[in-house]
Amino acid sequence: MIEVSGVVALYVFMLAAVAGYEVITRVPVILHTPLMSGSNFIHGIVVVGAMVALGVAETPLEQAIGFVAVLLGAANAVGGYVVTERMLEMFKSSKKEDG
Amino acid sequence: MDWFVQLSYFVAAVLFIFGLKAMSSPVTARQGVMWAGVGMVLATAATLFHPSVEGVGNITLIILAVAIGGGFAWFTAIKVKMTEMPQMVAVYNGLGGGSAGAIAAVALLQGARATEGTSVAAEMGSDVAVLALLGGVIGSVAFSGSMIAWAKLDERLKKSTLVENHQWWNVGLAVVTALLALWVYHTGSGFPILLFFLAALALGIFITVPIGGADMPVVISLFNALTGLAVGFKGYVLGNLALIIAGTVVGAAGMLLTVLMAKAMNRSIANILFSGFGATPSASGSSEGGEMKEVGPADGAYMMAYADRVVIVPGYGLAVAQAQHKLWEMVELLQQHDVEVKFAIHPVAGRMPGHMNVLLAEAGVPYDMIYDMDEINEEFEGTDVVLIIGANDVVNPAAREDESSPIYGMPILNVDYADNVLVVKRGRGAGFSGVENTLFFRDNTRMVFGDAQKVVAEMVQTVKSM
Repeated sequence: MIEVSGVVALYVFMLAAVAGYEVITRVPVILHTPLMSGSNFIHGIVVVGAMVALGVAETPLEQAIGFVAVLLGAANAVGGYVVTERMLEMFKSSKKEDG
Repeated sequence: MDWFVQLSYFVAAVLFIFGLKAMSSPVTARQGVMWAGVGMVLATAATLFHPSVEGVGNITLIILAVAIGGGFAWFTAIKVKMTEMPQMVAVYNGLGGGSAGAIAAVALLQGARATEGTSVAAEMGSDVAVLALLGGVIGSVAFSGSMIAWAKLDERLKKSTLVENHQWWNVGLAVVTALLALWVYHTGSGFPILLFFLAALALGIFITVPIGGADMPVVISLFNALTGLAVGFKGYVLGNLALIIAGTVVGAAGMLLTVLMAKAMNRSIANILFSGFGATPSASGSSEGGEMKEVGPADGAYMMAYADRVVIVPGYGLAVAQAQHKLWEMVELLQQHDVEVKFAIHPVAGRMPGHMNVLLAEAGVPYDMIYDMDEINEEFEGTDVVLIIGANDVVNPAAREDESSPIYGMPILNVDYADNVLVVKRGRGAGFSGVENTLFFRDNTRMVFGDAQKVVAEMVQTVKSM
């Protein structure tokens, strides 16, 4: 396993925050809702963490909570994706009619 | 297998960042979400081979949970109507926050179980314990808060107070949560962990309930950013780089998006969270004198058909009535009568910035007819008729003139400068924020009461018969 600790993690946090900020600095208002939905989808990656947590669970209580974690995380990822895709699909078709 | 898992995470992180980048331009947005989707599938599949995921029992549970959670979300996401999109985003976001909170609970319980006379902090390492607790609070608040946001936007919850002196209760709960966190940190038993999560969940409810429905999009966006942050912290707790990077990127991007939204509404985030303007709807009462003047849909249609310039201001009520297609039919008829028609969209029209653009796009309205507030506000003075359908607070002149109004200072569309204003409205009540609209009592305003769909249909009939 790769150890991510202390100061290295601090650098990763900082660089990722800068990336997140820079990436959407110039976004038109029309895309605010889809973009919020899209970023909502991306933090659905929490499902991966939930899988690891359930994977190492030992007592029934830990397993039960871990199960809920995976369930919620998977719902976040799938729901976020479908909703974003549906919104953006519409933008595409309206663009076509426009020009 | 570990290198394969780590490599998959790396590729997923790259795909997320470029996907998000692509999503901030209308041309590439769709590819963007697909790239991010590929990253998600890759990371999830790879995790099944993660070295710490072992035991047939747990792997079965994982697959079962993914199937149930994913299946449920897919089913609801396919069915949800475009008008209900904002509250659905709130729900999915809340689920992510809940997941982060649950991961924190598992990690803390494991830490507590492993202690022998020492504390959670000593067992997990103080940095890990602190981030597990922080992520636990944030995730729990985002979960319960998002559920309240959903209930408010769905108009299932109208209450804006739970107790008297709400702000003091919020402060008190925050302090209690912090003290419980300290207790968990210093001991090694499961009981304080339970109390800690209960307090954090209650905190989310108490913070969100007093916030008015009109401010909810900003709050949802804030919870979205917070969930990202909580996910980033969980990444540190679990030693998982994919979570750290994706979570932090979303945390930062979400914060920026929240600030942009709040700016469009001329509200500061602190103001939204700590004032609760929905709580005092009676502030500006019906102090405005005068009466509403009512006309029928046919009269309204004549006014527009004989005008030179018409501006239409659509709002959420239009979408609720599913009248956007009929409206577009009417616009095409008016254009045949040589009327110049434009659409004016307030930055927060609908329930979120950009929501109204989505709804008009669905009806087939071309982009070049839709104008932003800044582009069109100068033009109202020379406009013959402004047709307002389902919008309310965003055209309320009180925001410009009445300093005692709760929405004073919010940028609005200056529709009252036009020669005539037609307001299509379902009933006589106040808007979503509960603030009385002084526009309705102006001399140049005519009210058309009725369901937007029926009113517009009647207008179409009238214009056709001319």
